[in-house]
Amino acid sequence: MPTMNTFIALLKRDLLIAYRNRSEVLNPLMFFVLVTMLFPLGIGPSPNLLQNIAPGVVWVAALLSALLSLDSLFRSDYDDGSLEQLVLSPRPLAIIVVARVLAHWVMSALPLLLLSPIMATALNLPVKALGTLLATLVLGTPVLSFIGAIGVALTLGLKRSGMLLALLVIPLYIPILIFGAGAVDIAAAGLPVTGQIYILAALLILSATLAPMAIAAALKMSVSQ
Amino acid sequence: MSLISRELACVRGHRTLFEKLDFTLAPGYVLLVEGDNGSGKTSLLKMLAGLRAPDHGDILWNGTSIRTLGADYRSQLLWLGHANGLKEDLTAAENLRIAQALHARTDRKINQVLEMVRLRGYKHTRPRLFSAGMKRRLALARLLLQQAPLWILDEPQASLDVTGIAMLESFVHQHLADGGMAVMTSHHSVSLDDECLVRLRLTP
Repeated sequence: MPTMNTFIALLKRDLLIAYRNRSEVLNPLMFFVLVTMLFPLGIGPSPNLLQNIAPGVVWVAALLSALLSLDSLFRSDYDDGSLEQLVLSPRPLAIIVVARVLAHWVMSALPLLLLSPIMATALNLPVKALGTLLATLVLGTPVLSFIGAIGVALTLGLKRSGMLLALLVIPLYIPILIFGAGAVDIAAAGLPVTGQIYILAALLILSATLAPMAIAAALKMSVSQ
Repeated sequence: MSLISRELACVRGHRTLFEKLDFTLAPGYVLLVEGDNGSGKTSLLKMLAGLRAPDHGDILWNGTSIRTLGADYRSQLLWLGHANGLKEDLTAAENLRIAQALHARTDRKINQVLEMVRLRGYKHTRPRLFSAGMKRRLALARLLLQQAPLWILDEPQASLDVTGIAMLESFVHQHLADGGMAVMTSHHSVSLDDECLVRLRLTP
């Protein structure tokens, strides 16, 4: 399986680079913590109020921190010319891209997943909803990475693409936010959330199968400039 | 084995950079693309590598369009662009290992290749600490790592010193002697044998 070997080698490469730039990896995480902490400061520490907004706050903070971390996805590859080498590899670009997105998810979302129960508890989210929160984040954050990667790949050729990227990607994040935060809300009320979880799982499968092709096509367009 | 360009044209914006470009490249020859800045040298090279779609015409590898060949064509070529394609946070050896993983038709060992570009002592050093010329040499090492008949080199001499350029020329000669072919652009004079040189001048 030469393609599999390439996949693993690239995954290792990205994790190694991330490990050597640990401080950059920590930035989105710090951002997540700080944004979550802003809400009790801004609207007052009333336990009931916080409990009501907790699902939405954690999810919005996770979404924004995912958005913030997107820039590291293909930008440096584009600038230093490694993207050309990736595109010119005989291996399918769509597979190469999955390795890249997966590494990005491990670096940006996995630490956030581990922190989210703490942040949710700080916002007074009932303990019975923590499992649902984790489940929705596990299913939802890879979708954020995949969709975000399409946006990044499309805007690589532009000099200052940050705002445009946000405008492109945020509308596509909305369904994930609705089902993710909605499920946690319902779980906090003690109701079953199977429906929302299934929809998030379906979105994950959809994005994991279709997004790599869109990302590959967009990257090819970017390197042709 | 041959690389054929048929009525190739490149349009950027509303400007036609070149059109009706025909050439045939056979093993043992270098196509040296010359021209002023902005004459479309890099665009031509990107087209030949399949990074950019021709605005008109076609590129044939052994008689088949490179668009139809896809990955089969990409496995035949090695590309060295303007940028070196090196990761500054990976050591020299790790960078080469990635190149191996992407192509996977390895013929030489990493140590051997680093020796050839005289970077053996820098195996575990990150290119962040290299000079521009050393980075270029490490990028050249990638070409030696695997056997591909077609080299496409954009300004390979950039930032190389005299010994670096001599090194590059000896690599190209060896590549041609092994039955390979190359396409390259250059601002400097190239001291390759005239009998293996095909010059192509792009004029607006």
